[in-house]
Amino acid sequence: MQINVKIKRYNPEADARPYWAEYKLEARGSDRVLDVINHLKWEVDGTLAFRRSCAHGICGSDAMLINGVNRLACKVLVKDLGERITIEPIRGLPVLKDLIVDMEPFFDAYKAVMPFFINDDPPPPAERYQSAEDRAIFDETTKCILCAACTTSCPVFWTNGRYLGPAAIVNAHRFIFDSRDQGAAERLGVLNQANGLWRCRTAYNCTEACPRDIPITRVIEEVKRALLWRGA
Amino acid sequence: MSEDGTNRLMNRAHRFDVIVVGAGGAGLMAARYAAQHPGVSVAVISKLYPTRSHTGAAQGGVGAALGNVSEDHPEWHAFDTIKGGDYLTDQDVAERFAVEVIEAVYELEHMGLPFNRTPEGKIAQRKFGGHTREFGKSAVERACYAADRTGHMILQTLYQQSIKDRVNFFNEFHVLDMIMEDGACHGVVAYELATGEIHTFHAKATIIATGGNGRMFRVTSNAHALTGDLMSIAYRRGLPIEDPEFYQFHPTGLYKLGVLLTEGARGEGAILRNGDGERFMERYAPTIKDLAPRDMVSRAMYLEVREGRGAGPDKDYLHLDLTHIDAHIIETRLPDITEFARIYLGVDPVKELVPIQPTAHYAMGGIPTTIDTQVISDGQNTIVPGLYAAGEVACASIHGANRLGTNSLGDLIVFGRRAGIEAAKFAASESFTDLPAGVQDRTRELVDTVRKGKRTERVSHLRRELQDTMQEHASVFRTEAFLSRQVDILRELQERYKGVGVEDEGHQFNTELLEAIELGFLLDNAEQLVHAALNRTESRGAHSREDHKERDDTEWLKHTLIYKDGDGVRIDYKPVTLGKYEPKPRTY
Ligand SMILES: Cc1cc2nc3c(=O)[nH]c(=O)nc-3n(C[C@H](O)[C@H](O)[C@H](O)COP(=O)(O)OP(=O)(O)OC[C@H]3O[C@@H](n4cnc5c(N)ncnc54)[C@H](O)[C@@H]3O)c2cc1C
Ligand code: SF4
Ligand code: FES
Repeated sequence: MQINVKIKRYNPEADARPYWAEYKLEARGSDRVLDVINHLKWEVDGTLAFRRSCAHGICGSDAMLINGVNRLACKVLVKDLGERITIEPIRGLPVLKDLIVDMEPFFDAYKAVMPFFINDDPPPPAERYQSAEDRAIFDETTKCILCAACTTSCPVFWTNGRYLGPAAIVNAHRFIFDSRDQGAAERLGVLNQANGLWRCRTAYNCTEACPRDIPITRVIEEVKRALLWRGA
Repeated sequence: MSEDGTNRLMNRAHRFDVIVVGAGGAGLMAARYAAQHPGVSVAVISKLYPTRSHTGAAQGGVGAALGNVSEDHPEWHAFDTIKGGDYLTDQDVAERFAVEVIEAVYELEHMGLPFNRTPEGKIAQRKFGGHTREFGKSAVERACYAADRTGHMILQTLYQQSIKDRVNFFNEFHVLDMIMEDGACHGVVAYELATGEIHTFHAKATIIATGGNGRMFRVTSNAHALTGDLMSIAYRRGLPIEDPEFYQFHPTGLYKLGVLLTEGARGEGAILRNGDGERFMERYAPTIKDLAPRDMVSRAMYLEVREGRGAGPDKDYLHLDLTHIDAHIIETRLPDITEFARIYLGVDPVKELVPIQPTAHYAMGGIPTTIDTQVISDGQNTIVPGLYAAGEVACASIHGANRLGTNSLGDLIVFGRRAGIEAAKFAASESFTDLPAGVQDRTRELVDTVRKGKRTERVSHLRRELQDTMQEHASVFRTEAFLSRQVDILRELQERYKGVGVEDEGHQFNTELLEAIELGFLLDNAEQLVHAALNRTESRGAHSREDHKERDDTEWLKHTLIYKDGDGVRIDYKPVTLGKYEPKPRTY
């Protein structure tokens, strides 16, 4: 079918400000949006810039604002969008070129919550035991691929770029609720600060945006409760 | 991100004791171990953000004889690896691997990796193709898994540790050359995606961990970024590539897309069916059936299709049947692949058969190394000082002619670790030598040639032709006629490649330029594979010649080493390290 694709473009070496470019092309309903923009790059305009790698929703490279919703270009099909497709860079992070944004602030927020396993006891010769039930408690938050779809759909983050954002909270949750980890108090301390957890206004955008179906709003609630119960 | 230095020019020259190229499982493991050596400075250079590396796509599991579910031993694992590799595996490497992978898996767990758990709380394990008890008696649970995102968990866990360890990263830096002088390696030259600037990384020891090259085929499970860059760069620099003819096709790729459905699905009981609904693997591997090694299953699938028993209107695919498996098991142990089938094919595996076809998956060959990951330059094991390789890009050779499922993730952690330790030890004992004059010349020339290219050819068209013809002539079944034809096609594509160019004249995020350069790398990878495949007149593991159907141990129990020689190639050999296990016919 014929589709009409509008892309918000910006080349820092040539354009004073971003502009909308429109393309008409043939596509199949089963094409991924990534196939569509690859086609544009390969056949129509080689200068179009975006990140991609795995092409099946696992590497987190290609979160974009597609028809008004943050999603991975490789995980949404043309048939689910219809004939008119609008693509913009994700919001709240500096645009570097076309659909490529500066991810450093996002990764800085992630790193701030100490997203690594902390347990200073000497490890046993084999594995540490963990019950299947304890493992299940944080299963969902282990799925995060750091695509930034959640954080960049958050209205609080748009107005306050220093808000740690949902992705950082998700990754803090992954460790706070891991029965083997000993760093919960420290992480909760970070989240309790001015630009932490309490900024969340439960807008639900993050949950809707997450391509890994992580129930982010619930996750944030769980961390809030942990903070109230355990203190920080 | 980089060291001190005031002017930009200085910033473009970096010095570290150890440089790791690649931030997948192998690279991150190597960096972690190199950095543990006191006083050794380490940096990781990666063309992707570390968490975008394709290790994150690995699904099914990492094989280690923990014996958590049923009795198991490293000897059984080593034997399966050697037999699975059709006896081209170096047996000393496989034996060490099977022992060390056990510690390495425990170590991942100690780093917090969230494995699924057995009822007692141990690491959960499941069955996988070619992994058996008592030297082939029946399938054994050896794959340690975290749902169907084991690779994702490994990549995340190692990246998390690297944050804890404060590893230096140069992300979105694309390595385009190695600095070689007098047969030794002194670092690499890289192109910075964000600025278009060229950087020199001077190192005492360099570890290559850049993954695979599956993008030379049309239907592949590999990411766009897997273009075999360093296999080409090493080759252009006069180093050999070992066993490139052994390329694995994984049986269960989503029809036409190639997106992988893990073998773990069959480990959980899924069955392959042909268009008539028959469980055809019973005919090809009566003992372990659907869990036969990948080369055998992919060939069986090709034969089913060729003999008219495929499914669908064109009878050109087969089915993976999970419908008899408990829906809860599917949703909890195989959630991702279930979602892939639902999203990309609109098929619900809980209720419907999933259309599948073999997908280009894994390079058994690569940059040749010793058991200690030192890169070697010939069949006499001459070591290239300062150069190490690990992961899919390397060939130790543990996988021989055919890799068993779950042995790549094991390879990454065992040999990534080894590379980090060895490279740091070497670096600590060496001092920096002066860099050769004009270290960036070759890189500048490479970039300028593409930048100024005439644009009489389109990169995407050449790449498509490469992928289509490789799929047609050099995939699961091969013949002299097809391979010779492919040699000619590749020669023509190399010629036409000289006409490529780019529209994007900019310096910032010129992804078009890098795609064009990557195509040049892919063409070299294809050349290595096709020449080596034409040369090897036998069938072994994943290399299946219809005009030479038998394995020939008298003539061919040896590794290929292929070199670039002017515009052509030169082929040499290296003996296989044998051991306890005599080559035997491979039946399952
Ligand atoms: C879909 C899928 C599922 C799989 N499932 C399993 C499984 O269940 N079990 C198993 O054992 N194996 C599995 N494998 C195989 C295994 O995942 C890979 O072989 C392995 O992850 C490769 O890891 P690596 O560290 O060598 O490379 P990768 O993880 O591919 O990383 C390569 C790194 O090199 C960098 N790089 C590449 N070129 C350059 C350059 N020119 N300059 C700078 N950086 C560069 C990239 O940025 C990246 O960081 C699977 C593979 C696929 C594709
Ligand atoms: S929580 Fe979901 S949306 Fe947010 S970064 Fe992780 S995967 Fe992306
Ligand atoms: S390209 Fe990897 S998530 Fe889309």
